[in-house]
Amino acid sequence: MDFINHQLFIKDINVHIDPILPKKTAIITHGHADHARFGHDHVIATRQTIDIMKIRYGDKCAKKFTPLRYGQRYSIKNFDFTLYPAGHILGSAQVLIEKDNHRLVITGDYKVGKDETCKNFKLVKCDTLITEATFGLPIFQHPDPKDEIQKLIRSVKMNKNNCHIVGAYALGKAQRVMNLLRQQNYNETIYIHGSLEKLCEYYSKEKINIGKFEKVSSKDKNFYEGKIIIAPPSALKDRWSRRFPNPIICMASGWMTVKQRAKQQGIELPLVISDHSDWNELLDTINKSKAKNILITHGQEDALVYYCKKQNLLSKPLSIQGRSDEEIE
Amino acid sequence: MKKFSSLLHNLILTPSRNIKIKLLQDYFKTLDINRAYALAILSNQLSFQFIKASKLRELVYEKVDQHLFDYSYDYVGDLAETISLIWPTKKEGKSENLSTLIENIKKIKKSEINIEFSKILSQLSNNERWTLIKICTGGLRIGVSERLVKTALADLYHKSVNEIEEIWHGLEFPYENLFQWLKNETSKPKIDFKKLFHPMMLANPIDEEKDFKRLNASEFQAEFKWDGIRVQLMVSSKSVSLYSRTGDNISSAFPEIIENTKGDAVIDGELLVGRNFKPSSFNDLQQRINRKKASRDLQKKFPVFIRAYDILFYKGKDLRKLFLCERRKYLEKFQKENKTNQIDLSSIIKFKTWKELTKYKNNSYDDLNEGVMIKLNNSEYLPGRKKGYWYKWKKNPKLVDAILMYAQRGHGKRSSYYSDFTFGVWKENELVPIGKAYSGYTDKELLVLDKFIRNNTTNKFGPVREVKKEIIFEVAFDDVFPSSRHKSGVAMRFPRIHRIRWDKPTNEVLSIEEFKKEFKIG
Repeated sequence: MDFINHQLFIKDINVHIDPILPKKTAIITHGHADHARFGHDHVIATRQTIDIMKIRYGDKCAKKFTPLRYGQRYSIKNFDFTLYPAGHILGSAQVLIEKDNHRLVITGDYKVGKDETCKNFKLVKCDTLITEATFGLPIFQHPDPKDEIQKLIRSVKMNKNNCHIVGAYALGKAQRVMNLLRQQNYNETIYIHGSLEKLCEYYSKEKINIGKFEKVSSKDKNFYEGKIIIAPPSALKDRWSRRFPNPIICMASGWMTVKQRAKQQGIELPLVISDHSDWNELLDTINKSKAKNILITHGQEDALVYYCKKQNLLSKPLSIQGRSDEEIE
Repeated sequence: MKKFSSLLHNLILTPSRNIKIKLLQDYFKTLDINRAYALAILSNQLSFQFIKASKLRELVYEKVDQHLFDYSYDYVGDLAETISLIWPTKKEGKSENLSTLIENIKKIKKSEINIEFSKILSQLSNNERWTLIKICTGGLRIGVSERLVKTALADLYHKSVNEIEEIWHGLEFPYENLFQWLKNETSKPKIDFKKLFHPMMLANPIDEEKDFKRLNASEFQAEFKWDGIRVQLMVSSKSVSLYSRTGDNISSAFPEIIENTKGDAVIDGELLVGRNFKPSSFNDLQQRINRKKASRDLQKKFPVFIRAYDILFYKGKDLRKLFLCERRKYLEKFQKENKTNQIDLSSIIKFKTWKELTKYKNNSYDDLNEGVMIKLNNSEYLPGRKKGYWYKWKKNPKLVDAILMYAQRGHGKRSSYYSDFTFGVWKENELVPIGKAYSGYTDKELLVLDKFIRNNTTNKFGPVREVKKEIIFEVAFDDVFPSSRHKSGVAMRFPRIHRIRWDKPTNEVLSIEEFKKEFKIG
């Protein structure tokens, strides 16, 4: 495992995983902006991640693209790379790196729970595990997302004169919320913020059931009474949200577990729906991976490092520059 | 319990006053005993003897690894919420009524509290657990004032909120007479006003620039502002009782007052520790407050007395509509008739101009008062903090420069920021902490400090971050005492960040010896 440094850089072959700055060869775990950036020479990722990067940054956002199927091996000199589903968002992948009989897995962002909008997480046994720790505290125990989405549906039924604006990250979370609504037989048109349109269209094209959606365009205030609108979190505080009648501000995020955080952000209806593993899932993954060496990246790493040390697993935090320790998802 | 916990959950999250009122009213419409409990909880009138924050920590450490709990508490910044989230849930039991649950808890014996209360916590959902812990520890902090609860009730039954206020302190759980009157089933509850705590008159801070130009010194009376605890003493031939500012009966903690006071009056004053009416430090007073009972020994070591400011009733006569200057005559009369070692009068400062008063404020004859009070001679005794009648003018605080050493995340609304700061002064080539402050900075400064701390952490001790020794605070504080509990040998009273000294190099900060010398600590 000495072949990779704390920046997830493999010097021997000049390969980076999820680099922040433009690099020669970049393996990209998924399309979120803190992982997938513009301007690399060569991007290696799943087909869907490459599609998403092109939608967000344009077709020429990298000079060369190599799409990999899940499970397909790709070699650079004596390093073998394989991508496995991470269950985080559409196209998200873990990276298995094999060298001289050492297996190292970089989970990227992942969740273990079921999700119809992407391939479900696959556990990969390894010697060294580099895991994320976004929700690495035992207070984070995500509830069943179906119950959370029912809260939204109940509130919509009870408050017919209000509209519900749901803050959800534009890529992944927004479509997951839409899909969860459909699973619970909510069949009305869902209204979306303009910045979500292309990604929603892409999810539809990939045959993810997000149902009928339409961009917010009507000037008639009352038109949105009783409707569900999905917007990126940044738009909640923006002028944009003022156009709606008596909005009830909702947010779909794992952070919503903590009431004080919801209150700080002015969220009236918190929905604990996360695309990251919760505490128990993180521990379970660490244990089942059989890895003896655990490195922990961005998030609440202190508690997880403490836990691993107690289990006699070699463990240390990896601080990767450019990832803030909070409010990413 | 489900219904009440979702009420609290919704109250904390809605910013709208009208929606809060509506939520409260929906709950109060239920006609059973639960609404009485809800009213008691929302107005902070329910308390549990055995279940305090320290007990809850003890219980949670039995269930959860202590370090993991501490990391989590540091992140969440709210004890009730951390425990409710981290508590290992069994399969949820059937949800008890709020009233049944509280009555069950009240029945638990002290010796069985650990087992029984843990059992209850395990059967609740997250949100119910959060609610129960908030109820037990008191101080809900859900953005609902007592006044708002009364307003919701008044509006629901078309009464005026002032009518409720008037009788409020005379009401008792389960408030049958209140609810019956609200529903027009009976007349307004009869309250024995003589036995009732009367909301106190409070002062506003003076605005030196504006107010002194506007106010005529000859219309005001000045007194020293004593640094004790404000009390209301109710004395009659039948009984004596002592109330705190918030209306809690604190008689049992100060038996010497109760046993020795005579007469028939309601007195407003300051409770102080000292012999022969000479107050000693607030540090001494702290030995007496927050204790339910006082042993003979403690009474001897730290005797208390009341310095009387005002009189509300005299021999059954309501004086509150009289002016202060007239009430003062009654107060002096009361004092003359009932001389004891427990009550003296707050003396009146003679002054002609505001400038003359300044020297009393800053150079008071001993260090034990906090400044002066300025009261309109023609002021009735009005409950609350009405503008234009009473002013407080605090002494300039003491100031010292100290270096930021450690930081920790704050609580409540500051829970994601590093907002609790420990600062120190030099001891040879090292720093020794002299205090901790959580306030005084602006929101903008907080952002800068938070960023500095995240980027300049040199060491972590659990939730505490040690930082590069670069930032100097000018710390304001009311007083400083010798202390054997602190490494530096000093303890500050009410330290707060006065400003950040970006201009000053750290080597100009005092040493602990210089600090002690400057503030006269032996």
